[in-house]
Amino acid sequence: MPAQRFDKPDSIIARKQGLAPGEDAEKGLITLPGESERDIEDLAGGTYLTTKLDTMIGWARGNSLWPLPFGTACCAIEFMSIVSSHYDIARFGAEVVRFSPRQADVMIVAGTIVDKMAPVLKKIYDQMPEPKYVVAMGACAASGGFYRMYHVVQGIDEVIPVDIWVAGCPPTPEGLMYGILKLKEKIERGEIRR
Amino acid sequence: MSTLTRESAIPYTGPAPTNREPYVPTDAPKTDQRGAELAALLGAQQERGQDLPTLVVDKERIVDALRALKNEHRFTLPLDLWGVDYPSREKRFDVMYQLYSLERNERLRLKVRLGENETMDSATAVYKGFDWFEREAFDMFGMRFDGHPNLRRILTHEAFQGHALRKDYDPAQRWLCTEKDVAQLIPKIDPRFANVDTDYERVTLNLGPSHPATHGTLRIVVTLDGEMIIGAEQEIGYLHRCFEKSCETHTYQQAIPFTDRLNYMSAIINNVGYCMAVEKLLGIEAPSRAQYARLVLSEFMRIADHLVCIGTNLVDMGALTNFWYLFQPREEIYGLIESCCGARLLPTYTRIGGLAVDVPPDFLANAQRLVNMLPKYIDDVEKLVDRNKIFLDRVKGIAPISPEDALDFGFTGPCLRACGIPFDVRKTNPYIGYETYDWDVPIAEGGDTYARYLVRMEEMRQSLRILQQAIDRGLPPGPVMVDNPYVALPPKEKVYNEMESLIYHFKLIMHGIQPPVGETYFQVEGGNGELGFYIVSDGTKNPYRVRSRPPCFAIYQAYGQMITGQTIPDAIAALGSLNIIAGELDR
Repeated sequence: MPAQRFDKPDSIIARKQGLAPGEDAEKGLITLPGESERDIEDLAGGTYLTTKLDTMIGWARGNSLWPLPFGTACCAIEFMSIVSSHYDIARFGAEVVRFSPRQADVMIVAGTIVDKMAPVLKKIYDQMPEPKYVVAMGACAASGGFYRMYHVVQGIDEVIPVDIWVAGCPPTPEGLMYGILKLKEKIERGEIRR
Repeated sequence: MSTLTRESAIPYTGPAPTNREPYVPTDAPKTDQRGAELAALLGAQQERGQDLPTLVVDKERIVDALRALKNEHRFTLPLDLWGVDYPSREKRFDVMYQLYSLERNERLRLKVRLGENETMDSATAVYKGFDWFEREAFDMFGMRFDGHPNLRRILTHEAFQGHALRKDYDPAQRWLCTEKDVAQLIPKIDPRFANVDTDYERVTLNLGPSHPATHGTLRIVVTLDGEMIIGAEQEIGYLHRCFEKSCETHTYQQAIPFTDRLNYMSAIINNVGYCMAVEKLLGIEAPSRAQYARLVLSEFMRIADHLVCIGTNLVDMGALTNFWYLFQPREEIYGLIESCCGARLLPTYTRIGGLAVDVPPDFLANAQRLVNMLPKYIDDVEKLVDRNKIFLDRVKGIAPISPEDALDFGFTGPCLRACGIPFDVRKTNPYIGYETYDWDVPIAEGGDTYARYLVRMEEMRQSLRILQQAIDRGLPPGPVMVDNPYVALPPKEKVYNEMESLIYHFKLIMHGIQPPVGETYFQVEGGNGELGFYIVSDGTKNPYRVRSRPPCFAIYQAYGQMITGQTIPDAIAALGSLNIIAGELDR
């Protein structure tokens, strides 16, 4: 259907003039505050836009990351700080914490992974649906940290692929937020294809 | 590393600690006398000159000795069992036992010398609490205990070869664990339910190690009859980060950051415990200003620990509001710690002999602001849940443990106090000045999830009482580091301008702190109970052996028994109330 301009006197905006407050809803009309004077095309941001499908999908994915916290140690406590009230990762669209790998996009490995845990990590990563991303939060997940010992995996990239490494022991909440924003940029640019 | 204050006097005129002389504890005459009494009663040998009464018992007689100690001499609390390896000796292992008597407020250490290929009798028949400790000794040293019900590896994985804490084990030698090595656990059905025949099907269910309600890396396998748990087994070691071996390959100062990561909810308490154990070995005492800051920050950390415990425990029961709400004061507490040393969660703030840096000028003002703010949060949460029918139904009478069982399993801390036993290291063995404050040890009756919740809530209030008194007293003046160049680094300007300071600096950096030869044990009250550090020094810059007495380890082994007869949701609520911290559990 071709786009139709409502510039006739009987268009919805024109019809709305003179309506008493509260009657909008009754008539099935919805107005944004202060927007009633504007043309309908401006309201919707234009009738169409051109983009690449990949960009569109990347934009949607990057703005709605559902993290799976694979929290094992101290970093998991800092992850709890990030999702709770003070730092509030919801501001970046990544607050829907899913504990089921089937429902998650990004696995945040927060804490030391030891040899006994490595098969579990691999299994849970395998259970995540595509596309999936991994953030290695903290020194232990990135490199084993200062645990260069007989029972510690020296970086989770021994087991699963990693997209973002966040430095720190533990990283500050701001640090992890920066990591999540970097991941978002990476997804939007379409750099991660897996 | 730390610096001395500007006022510190160098050249130093005090005695130089020598690492060639044995360690002599100050209270050795007293412990020797008591040790001789017990040795005569038990017919054991005595080891003199130790910080605790120490007996050496033959391996054939150890179970009898333990039974006599428990029944006749009232050493009812089995604190710890661990091993030490001396490869050059004919009988290379020391199996160490530590017991505590509530009536006499007395600790006792027992040693059994064991050869490499020898076995000894298991003490699990006397103290149930030694079950996991013996498994750990087997895992780490290869000591074999006859009659142990389930002697298999506990901290390392199934494909692991060798015994990691032996001195001849290469610290970096890893073994690959693949999915086929993962233990398939079939829990034993509790005898109480073995002959009960219901119409329901029996199902074995695996929880964890990655499960939202297991708070980290705990794994529990339960057998269900309908909804009821009739058998449960816990598997741990999913966060075994080799703390004890790491300490042996690092210097005394370098081991402090490892202690932070034991109970990462209350990291400063661990720092204080470790540093004070080394200070005890060195025979030094931190200045009063450092002790004061240690006390204030320890109590704030205890509050933060309990806030997280209660918050997450309530989340497990579906009360998310409290979690968001309680995290706000916790962030403020971290703000105070950040202002002291720059780190939030894992500060590594204390040093052997004092603190890393002085507290900021607005320390007391900020502390007072927190103390004013916190009661409102505690009261509000109490209002939200204390008369909430759902909450009460889910906690009252759930997962109870009797006082006798709690002691037998080696419970300490809030979980033991929830059984009505007022054991608190801050009262029984006061340190950093706890004896000078007016506060009470809260206890509750019943030992159930509700009692544990009540004890933690009240403990936060008692901590606030201590903090208010401390703030009223004010910061003591003076340095925050001992005036001893063999322990503390000289100030930087003196290093650049004085030959002597430069040498001290060089010696301390290159050769580290070298305590006298000997062994010592020091305990503090951690967030979850008695947190002890046992250190053996051989006079070099690295500890010969560091043993951390983990309160969670003893508590968690009773979990299977506690949840048997309950349902899965009750088990989850009980797990949250025990506050098991994987870093401390697995070390």
